[in-house]
Amino acid sequence: MGTSVFYFVATLSVIFSLMVIFSKNPVHSVLYLIVTFFTFTVHYILLNAQFLAVVNFIVYMGAIMVLFLFVLMLLNLNKDNEPLKSGAVKVVGVIAGCCLVVTLVGSLKATAVSDPVILRNPNLGLLKNLGKELFGPFMLPFELSSILLLSAMVGAVLLTKKEKV
Amino acid sequence: MDIAFVIEKFVLVAIIFGISLLIAMYSTYAERKVAAFLQDRLGPDRAGPFGILQPLADGVKMFMKEEIIPSNASKWLFMVGPGLAMLTACIGTAVIPWGSNITIGDRVIPLQVTDINVGILYIFGVVSLGVYGVMIGGWASNNKYSLLSAIRAASQNISYEIAMGLSIIALLLVTGTMSLKEIVEQQHGWHWNILYQPLGFVIFMVCAFAETNRAPFDLPECETELIGGYHTEYSSMKLGFYLFAEYINMFVSSAVMATLYFGGYNYPGMDWVLLHTGPVIGPLIGTFVFFIKIFAFIFFFMWVRWTIPRFRYDQLMHLGWKGLIPLAIANIIITGIVIAIIEKF
Repeated sequence: MGTSVFYFVATLSVIFSLMVIFSKNPVHSVLYLIVTFFTFTVHYILLNAQFLAVVNFIVYMGAIMVLFLFVLMLLNLNKDNEPLKSGAVKVVGVIAGCCLVVTLVGSLKATAVSDPVILRNPNLGLLKNLGKELFGPFMLPFELSSILLLSAMVGAVLLTKKEKV
Repeated sequence: MDIAFVIEKFVLVAIIFGISLLIAMYSTYAERKVAAFLQDRLGPDRAGPFGILQPLADGVKMFMKEEIIPSNASKWLFMVGPGLAMLTACIGTAVIPWGSNITIGDRVIPLQVTDINVGILYIFGVVSLGVYGVMIGGWASNNKYSLLSAIRAASQNISYEIAMGLSIIALLLVTGTMSLKEIVEQQHGWHWNILYQPLGFVIFMVCAFAETNRAPFDLPECETELIGGYHTEYSSMKLGFYLFAEYINMFVSSAVMATLYFGGYNYPGMDWVLLHTGPVIGPLIGTFVFFIKIFAFIFFFMWVRWTIPRFRYDQLMHLGWKGLIPLAIANIIITGIVIAIIEKF
């Protein structure tokens, strides 16, 4: 049951991420990206990582993608006012794409069938265990990154203050 | 997973869904009556006694109106918008504990759909998704006013989410759990969190007003500047969905506020009542008390709407970023220090 659900959701993830690339309208792309992130949330839940799932839900779907959508709506990119791409750009695009394919195939060839990761504690993703882990062995990096984020937020607020001459 | 469990949950979901729709329906009526009362008018009084059938009449009107989709609108997204608004409004009720466990025979029935250990974060996630309905609808209408409204909604939502999250952190310091059920159980009797987190509650409530787009924060549908805001182009039941979603949001956020800060289904003297009324009636009295608290909050939402004028947009941003966020951070620090001192001695 778990595996079949995984394959179903994984297929959906792949399909929606392809739709992100193939849809013509940038706003539609962002909406497909949101659905892709939603399937990632389901993956996290399948892995029993509830906290990560909810955080992915809040941060990626609820905040970052809202900002993406926000900017794209302001830009108002339509097919009508999009400049036609010249032939040279298309050639460059094809070459870049081929390079990517070569890299991907090469890296796929190098990977062996990896050993399945065996967690010492399968409930690691639950809130309590994750918190103990974060505030135990990883205390310093966790605190430092939180201070970094807080200072970024304070900086953003300070930037809006008008300078007194 | 036995059949009885599935049936039990299914019935519970159906009841909660029905109740939230019913309350949203009668909130529209209550809103007009409250507005009328505050403005010394009568309000709707034609359909049925005291106008009690007015929501039904409104519903019929909404269904009968002509359905218009603007020719240049993105048709598919235009239809998704109201549906998404309604969906995100309804799924928040899943983690709210509506009452303590009912015991019938050997069977213990929790009056909560699911008690996940990240309950608060789930509510928070649902709230942050709520803006998509407005954004998608506003963009798909292909109307400048709707687009402006969608952008306002997005920036307002993100700004107030930060302060809301920070105010919740201070609450979590006090409770030590994210499960809504445990938070309610901790507030047994009269030990309500409002006594420990008064400032946090004020911040949370202001943010809840902003997140539900209620006055004085209803900038996205500010009619003097933006006609109807994001639902300018909508008609018929799609418009109805948007208006309805707002009332369901109001109901859910009232329930969340009552759960987090006002003790949920707890009330002073509940032990005595539970002892004397038995394991079925007792919890139901608690649920009844919970709903009274919810209605009080809904009334407060309406009271504020018809009392306080709307903010200007820069004032809104100013309050969010320079007022509430520093206040919420200060609240976290004070709470942390007090808890550290109490644990030390």
